[in-house]
Amino acid sequence: MTLHFRFLLLAALAAASLQARADLNVVACEPEWASLATELGGDKLKVTSTTTALQDPHHIEARPSLIARMRGADLLVCTGMELEVGWLPVLLQQSANPKLAPGAPGNFEAGRFIVPLDVPARLDRSDGDVHAAGNPHIQLDPRNILKVAAALSARLAQIDAANASLYQDRFRAFSGRWGEAMRKWEQQAQPLRGLPVVARHKNMNYLWSWLGVREVATLEPKPGVEPNGGQLSQLKAQLAVQPARMVVRGAYEDPRASRWLSEQAGIPDVVLPFTVGGNDKATDLFGLFDSTLSLLLAAAK
Amino acid sequence: MSSVHTVVGLAVAASCCSPLSSVAADEADPAVQLQQLKDQVAELRQGYELRLQALERRIAELQTAAAKPPATVTPAAAPVAEPSPPPVAATPAAESPPMPVAAAPAGGSASAFNPAISLILAGTYANLSRDPATYRLQGFIPSGGEVGPGSRGFNVGESELGISAAIDPMFSGRLTAALASDNSLSVEEGWFEGQGLLAGATIRAGRFLSSIGYLNDHHAHTWDFVDAPLAYQAFFGGPIKTDGLQLRWLAPTDRYFELGAEVGSGTSFPGSDGGRNGIGSTALFAHIGDDLGTDASWRLGASFQHYRANDRPFDDMNAAGTTVSNAFSGTSRTWGLDAIYKWAPGGNARSRSLTIQGEYFRRSESGTVNYDLQARAGGPASGSYASTQSGWYLQAVYQFVPRWRLGVRYDRLDSGTPEIGLVSDGTLAPADFSILQPARPSRGTVMLDWSPSEFSRLRLQLAADRSRSTETDRQIFLQYIMSLGAHGAHQF
Repeated sequence: MTLHFRFLLLAALAAASLQARADLNVVACEPEWASLATELGGDKLKVTSTTTALQDPHHIEARPSLIARMRGADLLVCTGMELEVGWLPVLLQQSANPKLAPGAPGNFEAGRFIVPLDVPARLDRSDGDVHAAGNPHIQLDPRNILKVAAALSARLAQIDAANASLYQDRFRAFSGRWGEAMRKWEQQAQPLRGLPVVARHKNMNYLWSWLGVREVATLEPKPGVEPNGGQLSQLKAQLAVQPARMVVRGAYEDPRASRWLSEQAGIPDVVLPFTVGGNDKATDLFGLFDSTLSLLLAAAK
Repeated sequence: MSSVHTVVGLAVAASCCSPLSSVAADEADPAVQLQQLKDQVAELRQGYELRLQALERRIAELQTAAAKPPATVTPAAAPVAEPSPPPVAATPAAESPPMPVAAAPAGGSASAFNPAISLILAGTYANLSRDPATYRLQGFIPSGGEVGPGSRGFNVGESELGISAAIDPMFSGRLTAALASDNSLSVEEGWFEGQGLLAGATIRAGRFLSSIGYLNDHHAHTWDFVDAPLAYQAFFGGPIKTDGLQLRWLAPTDRYFELGAEVGSGTSFPGSDGGRNGIGSTALFAHIGDDLGTDASWRLGASFQHYRANDRPFDDMNAAGTTVSNAFSGTSRTWGLDAIYKWAPGGNARSRSLTIQGEYFRRSESGTVNYDLQARAGGPASGSYASTQSGWYLQAVYQFVPRWRLGVRYDRLDSGTPEIGLVSDGTLAPADFSILQPARPSRGTVMLDWSPSEFSRLRLQLAADRSRSTETDRQIFLQYIMSLGAHGAHQF
């Protein structure tokens, strides 16, 4: 009797947990796309991100847990533009999930819907970590977020047609709020126009191009190449002639070179969240830009 | 971007003017007024949709233009003086966002379909205290494969040429050709694989690196040390390449769980070419793995292999010092366990990381040994043979700053004491099988490597190799590994 009862209870629980499952299983390669998917899909989606804001999206281990996660995913949302080229192909190959195959509706590449910056005129590895499709760190221009949101919302509606109108409604609400927030940010950011800065890696260019900030140098002599002592001293000498107001890096980046330059040149070392989860305030996409601007404005004072 | 201004301008103009005109038109019936307002709103909305669609088309056009070589470089470092346009989405957004238009592939030329080509250049400088010609793994039937430290001095290692591409929507393929220093060309791998027949399943056919163990299906250029662990050298003669079929299936579970099976010709060690139809080797493997928080992850594996050997030859020296040719016929079964643990603070392996990895193999062989096939020392003679042998290694590699890694490894083999019928019945003395005299070879290795980028690696390796049972071979290696062209993603 008790055994039967237990069995029934378990079965009921199992059924309940099955019913409570979200309709679409979305795996994002970066936290910003996980956050965007949640904005657009709400509780119709179960969203996870394969990376955190404290990880370098170029260098991720193709871990067993990620292979398992890809196996059950309905939609993969990544930046593309070769950002994940060092690990995503292995995950796709080993997870053997035809829904996520390149070109399938379940494989969404955000980089296809924006206008790329820094498309190299020549492709040569002696130039460092260059990407043929252009600079893949696209998320720090809120105009890109909106373009990707429109495309992602359409893709969600295509994959999950039953909830198409819900995705459309949520996109409309999101783009309204986003547009307002963008106007607010652009007003706040007026003092940043023309501000000279040094970045660690070429990963802030979309932010600079939106805000009109002027990047006078990067710590890395070439993309992805660690600076050595001589190159840093040279940079310090360059800044004596052509001063910059701050040295900027993402939360995931090694602090040593930035700290050294910050002390030597007497300018603040600014750590931007870079993506959702990069600091306490960047809990969603709105927080990401709120925090990014307030950090830049505070350092520019 | 002028079209953005135009759209917004039009929108503003429309929203200002339309309500006024509607008020002027009909003031009588509030219901009619309401209907008119509704119609106008609908009209406006439709207008926006069209404009947004036009905008999206324009973005797509720009994208296509930007994707075309020679590319237009947007100098982001230059000051952007132009104020950014007001956001498009300040307006109530489109009912249905326009379908995205993907950037068109570059050009229509046939070369756009060329497969990805990668080339690995590798080479070593070796300083060995013992003559490598005398190298042997004491206690183990020689595999005839890639065994030992290689030759002294400068060596060009195998240059690996890899060509891979998707074949059609169902299949993809890869060829890895190895150009050896003796100017020979060999097929390291040549396979195609298919997915999509069954969810989570992959079938591979051709010549491929078997998925038994951990290290076996990792290409040599991704190894953490110059050479393979002694267990791989003793039991498989270097990584096992299977000519045959592999089926692997990933279970639909939250935790990574993979099962696989392989069948092959079994013509290479520990099998032999028996000239038979059908299957010469089978292998089964299972992998399970997961994360431990954000910092660490692990994978465990178990494998089993069954080979049939038919007159698998090996040379030995008898008690009188004469070289004799022997052969083994029978079955060879190998069990394996493997484990790997990777740690990096915050999961960001770029600055600091630690990898601990170990494998254990246990092989049982039983059948018959034919002694002195060429009748140089009173043979031939034939008798039973049974052995159980094991080996393991454990290694740790620590990346202490970006680009620099330090690694240690310890190898150990246990030959056990084989039961040789010709010895136990008194026909021959134990010393007539000098290579099979029991021993426990071991090796200690330390390495330091520096990778200026992910495409190049320079390595120093020191080892104390006691494979010969009594003598220690002190080895110093300098190695380079260079990767040109397409660089495939690395597996876990």
